Amino acid sequence: MLNELTAHEIHDLIVAKKISVFEVTEAILERIEAVGEKVNAYLSVMGEEALREAKKIDAAIAGGREVAPLTGIPIAIKDNMCLRGAATTCSSKILDNFRPPYDATVVDKLRQERAVFIGKTNMDEFAMGSSTENSRSGITHNPWDLSTVPGGSSGGSAAAVAAGETIMALGSDTGGSIRQPASFCGVVGMKPTYGLVSRYGLVAFASSLDQIGPLTKDVTDAAYLMNALCGHDRKDSTSVNREVPDYPQALVNDVKGLKIGIPREYFGEGIDREVRETVERTIRLLSKLGAKIKETSLPHTEYAVATYYLIATAEASSNLARYDGVQYGYRVGKQESLSGNSTIDMYEQTRAEGFGDEVKRRIMLGTYGLSAGYYEAYYLRAQKVRTLIKQDFDRAFEEFDCLLTPTAPTAAFKIGEKMDDPLQMYLSDIFTISVNLAGIPALAIPGGFTGGGLPIGLQLIAKPFAEETLFRIAYTYEQNTDYHKRKCNL
Amino acid sequence: MQYETVIGLEVHAGLSTNSKIFCGCSTKFGASPNSQTCPVCLGLPGVLPVLNEAAVEDAIKVALALNCQVSPYSKFDRKNYYYPDLPKNYQISQNYLPVAFKGYLDVPLEKGTKRVGIDNIHLEEDAGKNIHGGGADAGESLVDLNRAGIPLIEIVTQPDMRSLEEVEKFMISLRDILLYLGVCDCCMEEGSLRFEANISLRLEGESRLGNRVEMKNLNSFKMVSKALQHEMRRQGEVLKEGGHIKAETRLWDEEKEVTSTMRSKEEAHDYRYFPEPDLSPLIIKDNWIDRVRKAMPELPRERKLRFSREYKIPEYDAQVLIADKYLADFYEDTVKLFPEAKMVSNWVMGELLRGLKERNINIEECLLPATHFANMLNMIKKGAISGRIAKDVFAEMLDTGKEAEEIVKEKGWSQMSDEDEVSRIADEIIEKNPQSVRDFQGGKEKALGFFIGQVMKVTRGKANPQLVNKLLKEKLGKLK
Ligand SMILES: [Zn+2]
Repeated sequence: MLNELTAHEIHDLIVAKKISVFEVTEAILERIEAVGEKVNAYLSVMGEEALREAKKIDAAIAGGREVAPLTGIPIAIKDNMCLRGAATTCSSKILDNFRPPYDATVVDKLRQERAVFIGKTNMDEFAMGSSTENSRSGITHNPWDLSTVPGGSSGGSAAAVAAGETIMALGSDTGGSIRQPASFCGVVGMKPTYGLVSRYGLVAFASSLDQIGPLTKDVTDAAYLMNALCGHDRKDSTSVNREVPDYPQALVNDVKGLKIGIPREYFGEGIDREVRETVERTIRLLSKLGAKIKETSLPHTEYAVATYYLIATAEASSNLARYDGVQYGYRVGKQESLSGNSTIDMYEQTRAEGFGDEVKRRIMLGTYGLSAGYYEAYYLRAQKVRTLIKQDFDRAFEEFDCLLTPTAPTAAFKIGEKMDDPLQMYLSDIFTISVNLAGIPALAIPGGFTGGGLPIGLQLIAKPFAEETLFRIAYTYEQNTDYHKRKCNL
Repeated sequence: MQYETVIGLEVHAGLSTNSKIFCGCSTKFGASPNSQTCPVCLGLPGVLPVLNEAAVEDAIKVALALNCQVSPYSKFDRKNYYYPDLPKNYQISQNYLPVAFKGYLDVPLEKGTKRVGIDNIHLEEDAGKNIHGGGADAGESLVDLNRAGIPLIEIVTQPDMRSLEEVEKFMISLRDILLYLGVCDCCMEEGSLRFEANISLRLEGESRLGNRVEMKNLNSFKMVSKALQHEMRRQGEVLKEGGHIKAETRLWDEEKEVTSTMRSKEEAHDYRYFPEPDLSPLIIKDNWIDRVRKAMPELPRERKLRFSREYKIPEYDAQVLIADKYLADFYEDTVKLFPEAKMVSNWVMGELLRGLKERNINIEECLLPATHFANMLNMIKKGAISGRIAKDVFAEMLDTGKEAEEIVKEKGWSQMSDEDEVSRIADEIIEKNPQSVRDFQGGKEKALGFFIGQVMKVTRGKANPQLVNKLLKEKLGKLK
C-alpha cells in the first residue's frame, strides 16, 4: 500500500521510476475515501487539484526534471496556514469562507519543491486546545482508538499521518500543539527553534511562541521536511538569518558520548505509570548505546503553565482582535440578525457568534492580563518568569547536549473527558509548554505503547538551533526500536 | 490674580516615504479608495509587518534637528482599540521605548526666543479613513484603507508653552524643520500634519500643574489657535467663578467655534499597550546616526547665517525672513530674479508682511508669485511707477494675483515719463498763471512748488516728479 510508505521511501521509488506521483496521490485519496469519515482529520480535501498537480509533476519528471526530496510527496496543511485561494478557517466560524489571496511562506517553499497539497486539516479553533475537540467542524478521532482524542491543536495533521491519509503534514506548535498530538498518534513531530521557520501566512495565535513544524512517520522524513521549511524570510522580522544545515546529514546511528539530562521536575505527580516506564526503558536503551545519562533540574518548571497562559492569551487577545466582521469572514450584519445599529453592536454580535467558548475564554483572560493596573502584575511578571525558565534551560545545556522527557503525562484520553475542565486540559501540555517559552527546539518521537495499545511519546529537547542533535539521537533510537513502524488498525 | 496658561502639543506628521511603514504599498495621496493596499496593511490573517528603514531614517533626521537623543534600542508596542479604519484593531506604535527622546526646539518669537522641550518622538502607523453615509444606505459607512500604514512620527512636547504666540511660532518652526528636512509635506488639508493640544491654567507663581484638557481634531494652525483661545477663555471663566476644571478630552467644533466634552478621564480608553511580538527591537547604531547627520540638509539656523552672508542683509532681516520657510523661500526666489537683496527684504518685511496681516492670511495662502513681485520691483527701479503708487499696485496684486503691469494699465497708474507730454502740460499751466510766474521771477522760490503741484494734479500723480521738477525749472528760468 503506497499510502503506508514514508516520504523517503516514495522518493526512492519515484526516482527509480517504479511508481508515479499520480499513483501515490491516488492511493492517498483512496485512503481518505475509505477512512476519512471515521477519523475526520480533514476540513477540506483538494482531490482534483492534487491529481492535476500530480500529473504535471509526472510529466515534468518524464521530461527530465530533477526530483527533489519532497517532489510529488503528498502533504496535508493545518488549517491555520494560508494556501492561496483555499478556505483557511482555523476551524472557526468567524473565518467562514475566508480564502487568502496569498501563500504562507512554508506553503510557497513546498510549492517550489513540488510537494502535492492534499488538503487542510482539522484543529482546535485558532490552535487553542489540546484535543482537537474545539473545532466548529467536529471532533477528530485518534486512529489508534476512535473513542480517544488525537491531541491538539494539530490533531487533524497528526491523525492524518497516523491513519495514512497523507504522507506528511504541517502543524503549528505554540505550547505543544505539534508534539502532544504526535505523541497521542504515534508519529514524529518537531517544534523548531523560534525564528527558524517563517511564520508569514500562519494565522497567529501567540506570536512570540508560534512555530510551524513537521509531522511525519519517521525521523528521516522530519529531517527532509525541515530542510524544505527552514530559512530566512524577509516577510517575517522574527525569522533568523543564518545558514540552514542539511538536516538529513545529522541522521547518524550513534549516540556514543552524548550527554542526556533527565529533568526530575518532569516525573512528578500526574504522570502515568506506563509513560514513566517508557522513559525509563528509553534511558536504559540509550545508555546501552553509549549515551551518558544523568538526572538534572529545571527548577522553574512549575510556573510554566501559568506563565504560558498569561503570555499566550495576552498576545492572542490582540491577534484575534481583527476578526470583527468588517472586512472578511463571518459578520452579523443588517441582512442577518443584527440587533441595534452601531458598529459596536456588529462587533459584539459577530464575535459572540463567531468564536467558540475556549477562544472567548482565552481572549477574556488575555484582555484582563493586559488591562491597566494588571499589566505589571500579570503580563510583565510572566515575561520575567519566562526569562527564568529560559535560564533554567541555558544552565542545563551547559552540561547536556539534550534533555529527555515524556511528551505528555498520559497517552490519548477519551473524547469529552476533559472538555468540562479547562485546567485539566491545560495540564496535558505541561511537558511541552516550557520549550515554547524558551524558544528552543524539541522533537517528539514514538516511544512505546500502553497496555491498551495507545502510543506513548518521548520528547527530546536541545538548545537553540541544535535540531541536528535531536535528529541524531532520535534516529539512533529509531534504528534500535520499531515503535515507529507499527500501524494502527482502522 | 492672574492665571498662567500651560500648553503642550502632540504633533502627528505623515512621513513622505515612498512606501508604507510595514509593507511595500505606495503612500501617494488621492488614489482611488483601497487601491493602495495589500494583505499586510489590510491586516489579513497571518501576515506580518516588516519595518521600512526609510521611515526610521526620517525619524532620526527629525530627532537630530530637534536636538533629541536617538535611542540605540527602541521597541514597538501594540495600542489596542476597536475602530473600523484600523484593520488589525490595534495600532503598531511605540509606547515604552520610543525612537528618540529629550530634545528641544528654540523658537524665534516677536521678541527673543523660546525653548520648547521635546519629550519624545515615536514612530507609528496611520489608520485608514471612514467615510460615513457614503454607502448605498444612508446608515452605512465605507472604509478607505489607502492611508492605513502610512508612517507617522508623533512629536510630543513638554508643557512648556505659555501663550498663543509661543504655540503659533512653535508650530511654524516645527513645520519648517519638517519641510527643510524633506520628511513631511506638511499638507494640512491632506492630513499629513495634525495637532493635538493639552492645556491647563494655574495661578501665576504656582508650580503644580492644573487639570489638563486634551483637545483633538485640530487640523490647521488656525484651528489650534482658535481652539486654544476658546479653551483659555472657558477655563479662565470656570476658575474665576470658583469652579473646577475636569481632566478630559474635548473636541473642537470648527463650525460653532466651541469645544465640547468628548470623553472624561474615567472614560478614557485602556489601550492595553504591550510589546509588538512580530517586530524585533529597533537597533540604531552610532554609524547610522553619523551617516544621517552628515547628510542633513540646511536648517533654519544655517539658512539665517547664509542669508546674512550671501545677501549682505542685516541679521535682523535674516531672522525675520527665516522665521517662516515659505517667506524665506519667497524672498530667495525674488532675489534670484531681482538681485537688490536689501530692497527686496525691505519690501518683504514691510509691505508684504503688513499686507498678509491685514488680510489674515499666511504666505502660502497668498496669491502672489515671486516672479510678479520681482517684476514690480523692477518697474519701480526703472521708474515706470513711483514708490508711492507701487504700494497701491502691490495691495492690488495681493488681492488679485495679477501682474503689476496689468494693474497699472487697467487703473491708468503708469508714471508719465513722456517728456513732450509733460512739457506741454507745464507750458499750459505757466500760461494760465502769469501771477505765479511773476512771483517766481520776483524771487519767490515757493512758487515752484505751486507749479509742481498743479502739474501733478492735472496728471493725477502719474508724472515723473524728477522730470516735472527739471522741466519747470528750465521753462521758468528761460522766462526770466
Ligand atoms: Zn500594504
